[in-house]
Amino acid sequence: MMPLIAALVAGTLFGLGLAVAGMIDPAKVVNFLDIFGTWDPSLAFVMGGGLLVNAIATPFIMRRKTPILAEFFRTPTKHQVDKRLIIGGVLFGAGWGIGGYCPGPMLTSLSFANSDIIVVVGAYVVGTFLARTMLRAWERDQLTQAQKDQ
Amino acid sequence: MEIVNFTPVPAFIGGALIGLSAALLLLLKGRVAGISGIAGGIILPEKGDVPWRVLFVLGLILGGLIYQFFDLGPDVALIEAQTDKGMLIVAGLLVGIGTTVGTGCTSGHGICGLARRSPRSLVATLTFMASAMVTVFMVRHLGGA
Repeated sequence: MMPLIAALVAGTLFGLGLAVAGMIDPAKVVNFLDIFGTWDPSLAFVMGGGLLVNAIATPFIMRRKTPILAEFFRTPTKHQVDKRLIIGGVLFGAGWGIGGYCPGPMLTSLSFANSDIIVVVGAYVVGTFLARTMLRAWERDQLTQAQKDQ
Repeated sequence: MEIVNFTPVPAFIGGALIGLSAALLLLLKGRVAGISGIAGGIILPEKGDVPWRVLFVLGLILGGLIYQFFDLGPDVALIEAQTDKGMLIVAGLLVGIGTTVGTGCTSGHGICGLARRSPRSLVATLTFMASAMVTVFMVRHLGGA
């Protein structure tokens, strides 16, 4: 029960933060990305505030052997940069630039859902489902191939 | 370049709340507050790891409702989509596919990954920022992508 409450509280703080920061307004996001036109630098302060708090807290937290309500930390362990990371970043950036919605603000905006938000969230869910399905199949193929090679 | 609608104080406070949320999730649950990763695990689930993700996403919506209830900033009724529904579909698909292939979004790579000084997250953040800025430049200044 406690881990679920923790997730709800963390999610609520996150959504509230996105709303207060103005990230739920795609016009503000697109203006932030429009450095050669009508530039709104505010979102650099969102990232600055978030990074400041998190970069100070994270090393202290990671000094613990385990999290308070779970058996172990599940942070990513991969370090090398690969093609997938770059291709994904390019595709995500293009989508973010077109609509002004990244995943957090998109889902937080369901709190005042209109037809535009339903459309963009629906497409996001479909895109994620397709990509996860294909990656899962691809990873399985890689594994079978590796076993054959041995 | 012309600077518009600059709101550094609410932006910083909102950012700090996001950082606090990410720190809390790591301290209590040992998980990274990457929204695309959390949502992805609901959309095509792994075994036995779903309920906390659902509560986190419900929390996001609850946070949006609290903002509206207490009038903590500009009215959400004034928010307008930046493109038509057809392009919103393209945008949503690209964000879903891109964050899945690139294993993270603005929060997972930008806030959490950089705080852990992950080189992967630094490269990812620079890549999607550059791609988004180029896209906006094409759409707004070259008349269509």
